[in-house]
Amino acid sequence: MNEAPIIQVVNLYKTYRAGDVDVHALQGANLEVAKGEFVSIIGASGSGKSTLFNVLGALTPPTSGTVRINGKDLNDLSNAERTTLRKTTVGFVFQKYNLLPTLTAEDNIRIVQFIATGTTEFTSEFREILNILGISDRMKHKPRALSGGQQQRVAIARALVNRPAILLADEPTGNLDSQNTTAVLQLLADLNKRLGQTILMITHDHEAASYASRAVHMRDGQII
Amino acid sequence: MRTVLSVLAIAVEVTMILTLVGVSYGTLDGTARRARGVGADILIRPPGSSIIGLSTSPMSDNLLGFLAKQPYVALATGTTVQPLGGFDSITGLDLDQFSKMSGGFNFLEGGPFVNDQDILVDEYYAKEKRLHVGDKLQLINHEWRVAGIFESGKLARLCVRLPVLQQFMGNDHHLSQIYIKADSPDHIQELLAELRAKMPGYQIYTMEEFTSLLSISSVGMLKDFIGVVIGVAVIVGFIVVFMAMYTAVLERTREIGILKAVGASSGFILGLLLRETILLSIFGSIAGILLTYGTQWVMQHSVPASLTQETVYLWWPIAGGIAIVGSLLGVIVPGIKAIRQDATEALTYE
Repeated sequence: MNEAPIIQVVNLYKTYRAGDVDVHALQGANLEVAKGEFVSIIGASGSGKSTLFNVLGALTPPTSGTVRINGKDLNDLSNAERTTLRKTTVGFVFQKYNLLPTLTAEDNIRIVQFIATGTTEFTSEFREILNILGISDRMKHKPRALSGGQQQRVAIARALVNRPAILLADEPTGNLDSQNTTAVLQLLADLNKRLGQTILMITHDHEAASYASRAVHMRDGQII
Repeated sequence: MRTVLSVLAIAVEVTMILTLVGVSYGTLDGTARRARGVGADILIRPPGSSIIGLSTSPMSDNLLGFLAKQPYVALATGTTVQPLGGFDSITGLDLDQFSKMSGGFNFLEGGPFVNDQDILVDEYYAKEKRLHVGDKLQLINHEWRVAGIFESGKLARLCVRLPVLQQFMGNDHHLSQIYIKADSPDHIQELLAELRAKMPGYQIYTMEEFTSLLSISSVGMLKDFIGVVIGVAVIVGFIVVFMAMYTAVLERTREIGILKAVGASSGFILGLLLRETILLSIFGSIAGILLTYGTQWVMQHSVPASLTQETVYLWWPIAGGIAIVGSLLGVIVPGIKAIRQDATEALTYE
């Protein structure tokens, strides 16, 4: 018997207001991602992929449709339950890294661990992830003392510290040079392969998408 | 930089409150110290006069003769006081009698009156006005010559001959207050009771009573004044701290968005902001207290006669408490607003 998809999106709509205009960002999107898959969603700017990222991460509610994350229907979740989902089930990697500027790399990771578990001790498994990411020796530095590639690796480490079921990455290489882009994509592929980490990556770059085991395309708020 | 500005805003609020309170206490305590320096045991003030009222001269100097004849009175001398505006006043005194009572002025420069145009000033007034012996001083439409500069702490800051000031005020043979020295400390209470019985309506105090009454809580008008001043300081300080914190939290909207994205609850984020604010308030309060020593130094060196600022330790926790409460209120409103904001909006905040 096939395992239920870890991400299931059925007929998803999202409309938001930008100034005086209603923007129909998602218009009946459908998607299934199996546990352990590395899926990339490719689309041009305005295709709705970032909105899909925000809805899947329970950062913003859908207008209509169904989204199941790890078996939980987001429509059934209260705000507090969505918060719990974000800290236990989903890890985020953003294009702009979104590290807290006043904290060191280590504290950026520890605060996320503390929010989820109340502890700040890294497990040996997570230390291995830090080694894979190659940032073990940069942990005492603040974000401004790190290169873009290093900041994005810290952001990936932060996303994985609580070992979430799903890693959501929104244009994770959008701010990186080609060398760091390759390194980060290689790392994501490696994490998927070695840890069985489910990854959903949003990108507009076909070459980046090729690192995923499956690529789907978005256009006009729909998966095509 | 943001942290430094927030600490500074809180420090300014604390300094403002402590300085105003310190000046109020300092002014009263300075008056009390000078009153004690007279060396008298009993003070008589006219009927209906207030504790800090700078009265003109409604008492006849015939009273001095009457008082000198009373049992246990060793010495009685009167002064007249003419307000000059602000905290300044000029006092007319009988220097010989005053010297017998107090031990006399300790002159740092010059000496006693030589003629009727002479004025004696204390060291702080001289320092503030940059006066030296022989300098001219224009007061109550008259040009005086500085004859002596005396060590502060006795009677007044500006003294002229009693009859001269009485004449200037058109109040010949009238006094503002009378100081009495008892023949023995054991007789003070008895003498006090006697005088109160013989002079109904007059304000008669032992010097101890009088100086203890020179406190914020005893002087009704001053108490109200301090209340208003502190109220204004609190409101202004609150606005400053509120704006500083409001801006600080607004600037952190993106950080709040990040925390929301990684699963921090509203309570966790608000708790973080509040703890940080309390810490900033404590640092700001400490900085404010230290700055207060700065304002004290400035006053001592620029206006030593006009303003005396005391360190009022009692007000340290009060000013700190006001700063903490103001800061917390200042952070709660924008904090809750930022927390309620959609995480995706917060993450795009620049």
